Amino acid sequence: MSSRTSNRIFDIVNITFVSLFVLFCLLPFVHMIAVSLSSNRAITSGEVTLLPVELNWGAYTQVFSDHSMLTSLGFTIMLTLATTLLCMLFTIAAAYPLTKGKLKGRKFFMYLIVITMFFSGGIIPEYLLIRDLHMLNSVWALILPGLVSPFNLIILITFFKNIPPSLEESAEIDGSSYLHTLMKIVLPLSLPVMATLALFYAVGRWNGFQDALMYITDPQIYPLQLKLFQMVQNNMVTELTQMEGANRTALTPEALKAATVVFATVPILCVYPWLQKYFVSGVMLGAVKG
Amino acid sequence: MTLTKATHASKSGDFGKRKAYIKRYWQLYALLSLPLIYFLIFRYGPMYGVQIAFKDFNLFQGINGSEWIGLEAFREVFAMNDFYITLRNTFMLNFLDLLVSFPAPIILAIMLYEIRNAWFKKISQTLLYIPHFISWVIIGGIVYQLFGTQSGMVNAILQGLGMDPLPFLTDKNSWLITYLFTGVWQSAGWGTILYLAALTGVNKELFEAADVDGASRMKKIWHITLPSIKPTIITLLILNLGKMVSIGFDRPYIIGNTAVREYSDVLSTFVYRIGLESGQYTLATVVGLFQAVVGLVFILGSNYISKKVTGDGIM
Repeated sequence: MSSRTSNRIFDIVNITFVSLFVLFCLLPFVHMIAVSLSSNRAITSGEVTLLPVELNWGAYTQVFSDHSMLTSLGFTIMLTLATTLLCMLFTIAAAYPLTKGKLKGRKFFMYLIVITMFFSGGIIPEYLLIRDLHMLNSVWALILPGLVSPFNLIILITFFKNIPPSLEESAEIDGSSYLHTLMKIVLPLSLPVMATLALFYAVGRWNGFQDALMYITDPQIYPLQLKLFQMVQNNMVTELTQMEGANRTALTPEALKAATVVFATVPILCVYPWLQKYFVSGVMLGAVKG
Repeated sequence: MTLTKATHASKSGDFGKRKAYIKRYWQLYALLSLPLIYFLIFRYGPMYGVQIAFKDFNLFQGINGSEWIGLEAFREVFAMNDFYITLRNTFMLNFLDLLVSFPAPIILAIMLYEIRNAWFKKISQTLLYIPHFISWVIIGGIVYQLFGTQSGMVNAILQGLGMDPLPFLTDKNSWLITYLFTGVWQSAGWGTILYLAALTGVNKELFEAADVDGASRMKKIWHITLPSIKPTIITLLILNLGKMVSIGFDRPYIIGNTAVREYSDVLSTFVYRIGLESGQYTLATVVGLFQAVVGLVFILGSNYISKKVTGDGIM
């Protein structure tokens, strides 16, 4: 066999495997979409695989007419925006001073922050703290505890340190204050890394679930993930009761659950392709730091 | 006379220096104060609260008012059967996950690296990264749909192939497949990034030289590609071993359920269950503290080893 044909075969096999893996990643989504568009009868009898059976849009009509679902979506969007904004402000406020070698106490502050990366009080003391601060069932319980991620902070410090000092120095000679230098010189030069960190915070908040489960019992401020979780759990109950031969008609129809899952996934899928490069660069920044 | 004058001068000099220092740096301290207050309250506050592991805590007396009981709660936890089960499960799930989910991105990265069609490669990468951004709650929803015994697609396919349906969600051994599947599905694509980054640094001349020698593609992968990502593999492996005791909450809690609790209950869900669901705050704090301390030892240990072996660590 000539090396050219063996090369060709290698390429074909390789591309086939990669394609299969890509399909492996995508098929669950395709299946969910198919289920969300199928009739309940077809779903429960296991006829639906990758294409809708007995097409019906009923589940989506129901999701979009479910007032609590839309409220939860709106709330989660606002929550994510507010969290991201505050996280960025606090992270920048911490990062910039900590790049100034002459700042007294800088090392001490750094230790104070880095220690929290390796040790934490655990969820029970955290819960009790939120409770003592009277933040249970408040939006603040979802925003404040994660305000600064030490990991993101260190990425930002590393980035700030790599800005040529001459740029800042010339501004300082002109009598510019630190705050002014930060706003006019440092931040404009750091837009890509800030986009990356903002995305990390935003995705974390959007997908965050445990804190909502612990702190929020008021359905008015259920983030989307918590609302979804209750449906998933409902699903589990179906699975368990089925074993005991219980009647399933009273439970949430499968199509509706699938439609809700699709509904909650679409926002991420819409934003993701445009922002992918920032995520990838974030991983690299994190690794370089190490 | 001259002496007092000198001290006086130096004192006013000190004062002037301090004044100048404050004048120069006050804005930075003002900026830093906000995040520092955050760290003190929300990161160190819970560390202060850890003392309830040594107290007979109840909600009415609060953290400070509750009575000290020394190591009694520790004795109680170490006598709990469930504690050992969750500890075993934590190690077991982490270890199996490492076995399955660790090699996947390496293989995938090598395959992606071998693709010469830049367009196909880019699209594949974009699609492969998607699962990383999907929350565990959504993954849970998908998993119940895919793996259900009655109407799940996977079992429909198995039956189509003439096999018996597997209780992926309700039998603990089959459930392990479900758990591991979600791990590979979610992390394999995203995990390729660091390996692909390491591969961009490979000297292309090595491949050209191998071509002159008539080496096959597999040979080149074995002798050039793999050795060039070996340091990355070793570093990541050691760091992963350091995380054996720590386990996220969302995945076992959402993918797991009461029917498979014997395997799905891990330290993090155990803490939640006995602490927040049953209100045994002291016991739960003890378990959390145990996990934090052992986790710290593991991380520091693995970091130390990683530095020794590869000169690379997280600190």
